[in-house]
Amino acid sequence: MNLNATLLAQIVVFLAFVVFTMKFVWPPIVKALDERAKKIADGLAAADKAKTDLALAEKRVGEELRKARESASDLRGGAEKQATQLVDDARAEAARIIAQAREAAEKEADAAAQRAKDDLREQIALLAVAGAERILRREVNAQAHADLLANLKQELR
Amino acid sequence: MATGTEAAHGPTPGEYIAHHLTHFNGTGGKQAALVDFSLVNYDTLFWAVAMGVLGCFVLWLAARKATSGVPGRFQAAVELLVEMVGDQAKGLIHSPESRKFVAPLALTVFVWVFLMNAMDFIPVDLIPRLWEMIYGGMGHDPHHAYQRVVATADINATLGMSITVLLICLFYNVKIKGAGGWAHELVSAPFGTSKNPILAVVLGLVNFAMQIIEFAAKTISHGMRLFGNMFAGELIFMLIALMGAAWTGYNAPSILLFLGHFVAGMAWTLFHILVVVLQAFIFMMLTLVYVGQAHESH
Repeated sequence: MNLNATLLAQIVVFLAFVVFTMKFVWPPIVKALDERAKKIADGLAAADKAKTDLALAEKRVGEELRKARESASDLRGGAEKQATQLVDDARAEAARIIAQAREAAEKEADAAAQRAKDDLREQIALLAVAGAERILRREVNAQAHADLLANLKQELR
Repeated sequence: MATGTEAAHGPTPGEYIAHHLTHFNGTGGKQAALVDFSLVNYDTLFWAVAMGVLGCFVLWLAARKATSGVPGRFQAAVELLVEMVGDQAKGLIHSPESRKFVAPLALTVFVWVFLMNAMDFIPVDLIPRLWEMIYGGMGHDPHHAYQRVVATADINATLGMSITVLLICLFYNVKIKGAGGWAHELVSAPFGTSKNPILAVVLGLVNFAMQIIEFAAKTISHGMRLFGNMFAGELIFMLIALMGAAWTGYNAPSILLFLGHFVAGMAWTLFHILVVVLQAFIFMMLTLVYVGQAHESH
């Protein structure tokens, strides 16, 4: 264990290696480590944010679904009401048309019956005249007895 | 001791160990004086630089392609290391500005010391024997081919590093507290000061002495701890290698020693894995602790 100039040389060599490490080794590695740490932190933060975003979106979806369901049931209620209204209106209209038709038919039937009665009365009057003619064996002057016939017709009414 | 007959019969255990503990310093032998700044241990310097370059290169390979996306296995491994060192630095040094320098410093220390320590795992005779061939091939005496591959088993390397740490500590003392603030701390801590001027001078001297002792003790123990561990580890590898070196043929003692070499070598290597990593970690942690202390006021 003798001391000599190796000691001084060692000091110089030591400092040279330290400077090399300080300039070319330490900074890039520490930079990479720090950057990676930051990346990981950012990734974790992003994952957290995504989770809260997802929860929010799910909540909003639920809200929308509920709203849609409500408006659908409203719509259905309205449509049903409208349909019933339509059916009721149609039914009333039909009843009205039927009543009108029946009235018209009755009127027509009455008129026809009246006409038939009048015809019948006429013919009966003629028949009665013809019968009387035959009974009397003489010609009845239709002109002369028109008043008589008219009275008869009146009586038959 | 070095005579022709010994060279012919191979070295004695003492010579073997002494040979392995001698640095290649250009003199062709052991350094004579305890301190001689005209010499350099070329082997220590070479292996220290080689391990430093290797470590820096591997780290740079990872840093070059570092991506903040999904990392590959290699990048993940280096990131693990960087993260470990960074966490330790954060715990001990609270100034982010200082950490820009001190955290890479700690990483360099850990990787570099680990690699220098790990040279212990290479068979203790492999590289010295290769060096003997190269040295002999270059026309020198192969018996004087010295080569020690574990740079941290050289007190010059470890003290050099701990003195560098001391210089960094002094730098941060001045930078954080200001020259005046630090000078005040030097004479007022750890025992405080007094209103009485005579007592204040006495306390100042005592405080200053304590501070100097503290810095010296920190630095020397920092360097010596690593050196001692690695030197002892290397020495034990050499002693284990001597068991196999005692081979004289297929006889019972030789075979037993061979088995002993195998078992002890394996056990010590496994244990040494712990020592190598632990010492590198301790050296790094103490570096951080000392620099951290330089940031704190007493």
